[in-house]
Amino acid sequence: MSDCLLDVRGLEVGFATEEGTVKAVDGVTFQLQRGEVLAVVGESGSGKSVTALTLLGLSRSPNAYFSGSAWYGDVDLVSASDEQLRRIRGAEIAMIFQDPLTSLNPVMKIGAQIAEQIQAHEEVTKTAARERSIELLERVGIPRARERIDSYPFEFSGGMRQRVMIALALSCDPSILIADEPTTALDVTIQAQILDRIRDLREQTNAAVILVTHDLGVVAEIADRVAVMYAGRIVEQGTLDEIFYDPQHPYTWGLLGSITRVDRDRPGRLPAIAGLPPSLADRPDGCHFRPRCPHEFDACTRIPDLEQRGGGNEGHLDRCWLEPGAKTELREVDGQIGLTGKA
Amino acid sequence: MLRFALRRLVSMIFVLFAISVLTFVIFTVIPGGDPAVRLAGRNADNAQIASIRKDFGFDKPAYVQYGRLMEKVFTGELESYSTGRLNVFDEIVKGIPRTLSLAIGAAIMWMLFAVALGLFTAMRAGRASDRVLTVLALVGVSMPVFWVGALMNYYLGFRAGLFPNGGYVPLTEDPIQWLYHLILPWTALSLLFIGVYSRILRSNILDTINDDYVRTARAKGLSERRVLVKHVLRNSMIPIVTLWGLDFGAVLGGGAILTETVFDLQGVGQFAAESIESLDQPPVIAITIFGAFFIVLLNAIVDIVYAALDPRIRLT
Repeated sequence: MSDCLLDVRGLEVGFATEEGTVKAVDGVTFQLQRGEVLAVVGESGSGKSVTALTLLGLSRSPNAYFSGSAWYGDVDLVSASDEQLRRIRGAEIAMIFQDPLTSLNPVMKIGAQIAEQIQAHEEVTKTAARERSIELLERVGIPRARERIDSYPFEFSGGMRQRVMIALALSCDPSILIADEPTTALDVTIQAQILDRIRDLREQTNAAVILVTHDLGVVAEIADRVAVMYAGRIVEQGTLDEIFYDPQHPYTWGLLGSITRVDRDRPGRLPAIAGLPPSLADRPDGCHFRPRCPHEFDACTRIPDLEQRGGGNEGHLDRCWLEPGAKTELREVDGQIGLTGKA
Repeated sequence: MLRFALRRLVSMIFVLFAISVLTFVIFTVIPGGDPAVRLAGRNADNAQIASIRKDFGFDKPAYVQYGRLMEKVFTGELESYSTGRLNVFDEIVKGIPRTLSLAIGAAIMWMLFAVALGLFTAMRAGRASDRVLTVLALVGVSMPVFWVGALMNYYLGFRAGLFPNGGYVPLTEDPIQWLYHLILPWTALSLLFIGVYSRILRSNILDTINDDYVRTARAKGLSERRVLVKHVLRNSMIPIVTLWGLDFGAVLGGGAILTETVFDLQGVGQFAAESIESLDQPPVIAITIFGAFFIVLLNAIVDIVYAALDPRIRLT
């Protein structure tokens, strides 16, 4: 697999807290191919952001522990030294964060913030770094970039700041771009512009993108493949079409059933998945989704592996013990994919 | 930025005017006997008092009195009557280099130590070294400057003979001796501020270090040192710099009195202390006004520096 850029195997991240050890990520395995957009979806606390941060070593702290591996070329990002990671950060794997309002240093000019990253990785003069910063700002669609480069973050709107963040992320032509909820803090029209921007840039640079989000609308817009996370585990993984049209895991059904769609009749109330996600300090045995799943049966007390279970195409993996045939039947709710209420 | 600075300086002039009026009111208008008698001091005879009354216009309306007093203060004509017509202005000018040497040196000293200590304890938050230094900082804050100063002077100066026993040597005369004479006063004056500043800086750093933009800085692949200095420290220092200017002004405007007296530096503070002791009013008036001016000026400078550090301030 020469096109495999990133190979994450059995990644576990735990944090020691006052309530005991919280396992935020529990055995996450996925591969990222050159040029693809992998969406990692799940609700708050499912471990998607921690997974993303861990790939850059940004979740390291004295009370965190890690196991598993994440191979980027011949470097294991999980066990790499700080200096190895520093050289990869920003240069080869770059990250866009959720909140553009707080993710830029408020007392530094944006040009300086971009130039500083370029100079951290390449031997360039200040003027050259500045010229490149202007080009980058133009590329992400900031008007009058040459004048705006000496502005401070507070002089920009949220959407513009997110563009600055994207320019920052792209400044050293990274081969992987990790976007952690890049559009969550923005309004819908700006969201669309930012997604267009990410898509254009992927086409221009052939970088792979890991998009962390809880917004299935964004996923449908841009992703090639999707990994659905629940309580620290990937419960289903497949191509965009497989996940949207042939989902195998009841949690995915629930997610798909709970979004509004303009091409369908509006239901009286939006269906929600009953119950709450489990506390990560105290998770149920076996399938973590079991307590909320209406289709729970005996087998569910054992942990199902993430594997191909015959229900879909090759590479379409899930963690559900139900028979493939039963799944196609059970996921039909009023002629659409959804999750019935818990009996 | 320039407009902000100008506006700030103009508003300073109004504050200075208000202070001068207030000082005038406190010392001469408020009832409590004849102001001329008070100005004249303990050993004045009637003729002297009468000439002071005429000189300061105490038989004329208040605005004339105010004008006369300010004229005397700012043209340097004010004299101390109880010490044989010593020129107050000359005495202050003589004391200024001493007081400035003390205040500037101490301010630099406490800032340097506070930044080093604050950074160090923040990086080791929760560990043994952090706790020990926290206790030491609290001890430093709790020790009154006249007590520490006296102890230092006695044990390090008088008994051990490591340092001169008080006194001052001008910088222009002998820089080494100047430094040598000032090390103890600087240290005594700095201890309190080092304690306070390092604690504030430590907690600011610990707040800032979890900010999103610091995570961004790390994600950019900057070296840890650069992340700390350019992103964490720069933002954590802003409140400290404000405080620095204010405290520096406060030290010049009176805070140095105790230190100067303990170490016999013969600066403006000590002059003030001696004048108060001997109920010699003219120097007290002049020092009050000049001290207040320093504080106001420093405040304005702090605001301007603050705006330079934090661009968000400039708009308002």
